[in-house]
Parts: sequence; structure tokens; C-alpha cells
Amino acid sequence: MISMKQCELLVVGAGPAGLGAAIEAARLGVSVLLIDENDTAGGQLFKQIHKFFGSKEHYAGTRGFQIGQALLREASALGVEVMLNARAVGLLDDGSVAVQYGKDLIQIQASKLILATGAKENAITFPGWTLPGVMTAGAAQTFSNVYDTLVGKNILMVGSGNVGLIVSYQLMQAGAHIKGLVEVLPAISGYGVHAGKIKRAGVPIWTKHTVLEAKGKRRVEEVVIGEVDDQRKPVYGTQKTLEVDTILLAVGLTPRVELASMAGCRLGVERILGGHLPVHNQEMLSTKDSVYVCGDLAGVEEANTALDEGRLAGTAAAEALGYSDAKTADKKRCLVEGLHDLRMGTFGEKRLDCKSRVIEKWSCV
Amino acid sequence: MKDNWLKQGYIDVDDWRKDMNYPSEARRKQKAVAAIECFQEIPCNPCRDACPAGAIVLHGLVERPKLMEDLCTGCGLCVAVCPGQAIFLVEERERHARITFPYEYVPLPTQDMMVEAVNRAGETVCQGRVLRVAESKTMNKTRLVTLEVPLRWADEVRSMKRLEGDHENG
Repeated sequence: MISMKQCELLVVGAGPAGLGAAIEAARLGVSVLLIDENDTAGGQLFKQIHKFFGSKEHYAGTRGFQIGQALLREASALGVEVMLNARAVGLLDDGSVAVQYGKDLIQIQASKLILATGAKENAITFPGWTLPGVMTAGAAQTFSNVYDTLVGKNILMVGSGNVGLIVSYQLMQAGAHIKGLVEVLPAISGYGVHAGKIKRAGVPIWTKHTVLEAKGKRRVEEVVIGEVDDQRKPVYGTQKTLEVDTILLAVGLTPRVELASMAGCRLGVERILGGHLPVHNQEMLSTKDSVYVCGDLAGVEEANTALDEGRLAGTAAAEALGYSDAKTADKKRCLVEGLHDLRMGTFGEKRLDCKSRVIEKWSCV
Repeated sequence: MKDNWLKQGYIDVDDWRKDMNYPSEARRKQKAVAAIECFQEIPCNPCRDACPAGAIVLHGLVERPKLMEDLCTGCGLCVAVCPGQAIFLVEERERHARITFPYEYVPLPTQDMMVEAVNRAGETVCQGRVLRVAESKTMNKTRLVTLEVPLRWADEVRSMKRLEGDHENG
């Protein structure tokens, strides 16, 4: 039997974006239901034991899980209803959201919907990639930082983005050895300072290198890596064999667009932001007038942009529902400007270009 | 500089000596001073906010921090708060240098322990004596380790080799 539930605003996904959205909407008086498929709210924040970048407004210098705790306290104080172990499985014809909640299927009817469904990790394939011991870096991070379980002792990390660099550091803190990190590009792609941390710990970083093969009887015992040329083709004779029990893949993320797509939101493609994503306007409204998108779903970036996009979506949705005050317009302007600042500098500029294009695409619909 | 730094993950010591934030010899010999080894424009500014002396200039969010070495008191608050662990303290005495760096591994070193002092590449360059392992609530679990090393390694030593020890389940 399907039970029904109604609310003014339904937020799907309780990571930084969803929490930011729920908090700002609730602050303006909206009754908010926040659902998440996991058994704790906070999304990836509770896996992040390192101090965050950003400014005071983004809790910079505070560890990720502590930011998660602060956001949860704020949401709870504002009366946000949080439903955990609740997986949005699809959208029904009448626009309501079907949610699997334990053994029950609940139909949630909301006036406005904010999607903050995040992203999923990419993988690459190579001979032996199905052996136990090959997994994504985020999975290893969850095992280590949430479940106190080290997935391996001797690890090869694949990918030098911030995920690969940070997870390498954290697994060393937990007692693992990172035998090396390979990056197919000619340069490290994450922040230099994160690379600096693992270099000081003695981790070899091989740029223009990739995994050629994982070897082992029952699980990974060895990995063969090699240099690649400018076309990313392996260079003969450059193979090296490392004794490892684990190969972790940190090779990018892809927005989880399924619900947005079902809702009929127009998708665009931005490679730098992770591939397909729902196009949106400056205030995070998708091409459907009751559906907002934010966080990694709206383009893979980082926790600070996710949080602020969420805050912006929550404020805009509340306003559309008739809840606003004298400060609302100013608040939105500050968030838009803050997001612009977060996308400045060496790493942000490409994302800023992509986001401008996404917003332009929205206005062409 | 940029090419090497992005290929190898750390700055060459000669490039560091040319950097705008490399403290002057006079200042290094006076007392501890912050060595801010932050070379990319990333959206981050807590070092500026942590500095009680206003010695770190950083406009907006993504600019590189600039140290006003005469204002720096060498307190180390920026060292602990920097999410990139890119700030160190250096102090040059007659024959030794004192290098302070953030440290987040266990087991922790203890005072007077002799440890392997490592450079930016993680290579052991000399032995170092642990002068201090500082922690406080503000530092939020990041310890500041101060090593005494021979003076000639002052520009190179930036951490210590991790200590072996029981480390089940981190």
C-alpha cells in the first residue's frame, strides 16, 4: 500500500547542497522535508576528516565532518524534517516523488522540488580490474573514515585530482602505505598543496602514467603501470611492477541526473563539470518551473560551491512559494557573488566558463 | 617554476628562495617567522583571518597570501589552520634552525626524540631533534612539531618521517 505525504518543499539529498537548501528555505518559513537514501545526513561531509578550504562563511579551516555536524544542528533548529533511509526511486506522472522508505513506498507531493542528488564516481577499466582489491577512492574513504576499516595496506592511487590526493593522505593517516600515485595527464590536476602533503610523506607521483594491468590469483597482488605518450598510449618498455593489495580509482565524478531527467529537466553536457547535467538559471531553477537543482548534480565542483548553490536554490524556491523578507534579494545577490568568487583563480575559471554557458543554455529554452 | 611544481608536487628549493614570501635573512635570524608556501590561486583565506597580527595580506578569496614579515610574530596559528598545510615556521640560530610544521599522523613524536627530518619530496636529509609538539583546541587536532636541524637544512626540512607503530583501524 502506498502512503501519501505532502509538503511545501521536498529536498532530495542531504549532502552540503541539500542541507544548504533546506536550511535557507526553512529560515524563511517554508515547511521542508529533506530525504536521503543513507542512514545519516551530511552526504560526503562525514567522510571528510581534513580541514576545508574557503572562507569563514564556508567554515574554512574546520574539518568536513564538523561542518556536517554544524549544518545538521542548524537544520534541526530551524525545524527541517529529515527522513533517512529514504530513497527517491522516481517521479510519478502527477509530479509527485516515489520514495522507498524501508519496506514502504511513499508518494510525496511537494509544491517545489529541489534536487541535490550529487554525483557518482567514475571508473576506468584495465585487465584485472574486476579483481577484489580494485575499487573507487571514495569507497575506500567511506570504509576508512566511516566504518574504521582499512581496505588495504599497500595501495596504488589512480588519479591526481583532489579526491586522489586527499584520500591518499587520509589512508596514510589510517596507517596504509601509498606505494604511488599515477596520473595520465602531464601535470598534477588537484591542488598543489594537497600533492605537497603526500610528497612530504614520500609518496611517488608519476605523471603521464597509467595502470596497465592488475595481477593476482584471488585478489590484487601486483599492479603494472607504465608511461603514456601525448596520445595517452602506453610507451613500450616503461612498465613497472609494484606489489600492492589495493588499486584505488579517483578518476572523476559524474552528476546523478536520473531524477532530474525523469522530471523533464533539459540536460546539457559540460565535460569539465562531469558530463550531463540539468541546465539551470543563475538561481538554480531548472527548465521545469517547480524543480531546482544544486550541488554536484548541477555540475561537479566542491563542497563550498555545493553548499552555496544549495542556499541559493533554497532561497529562490522559498521566494517562489511566497516566502521572502526584506533581506531576500540581498541574500541571493550575495550568494551569486560568493559563487562567482569561489570560481576564480587557477582552478575555478574553467568551471566559471562552463557555468556561464549552462545559464545561457537555460535562457535559450 | 610552475612546470616542475605541478609535475613533481613540490617546489624546488631554489624557486622557494626566489619566492615573494621567502623571509629575509635578517628576519629568519631574528625569531620564528612564517614561511608561506602557497603558490596557486585557490579559493581559500583562513590564514589571513587566523593571524592576530594582521601580517597576512590576501584580498578577496583566491589571491595568494602575502606575508608582511615585520608584523609576523611567529605564533604559528596560520600553520595550524592552513587546510593545505602549506605554512611552516623557520627560525635560524647560530648553528641550528628550528622548523615547525603541521603533523597529523600517529604515533606522535615526543620531546627530545631524534627523528628523520625530510624535505619537500619526503627524502630524509638529516636527523632532527624534536623540541616541541604543540596542540591546542584552536588547532583542532593538527599538532605543530618543531624540529631542530643543522642550519644548512633550514630551507629544505619541511616534515619528518612518519614513525612506525601500532596503527590498526586508524
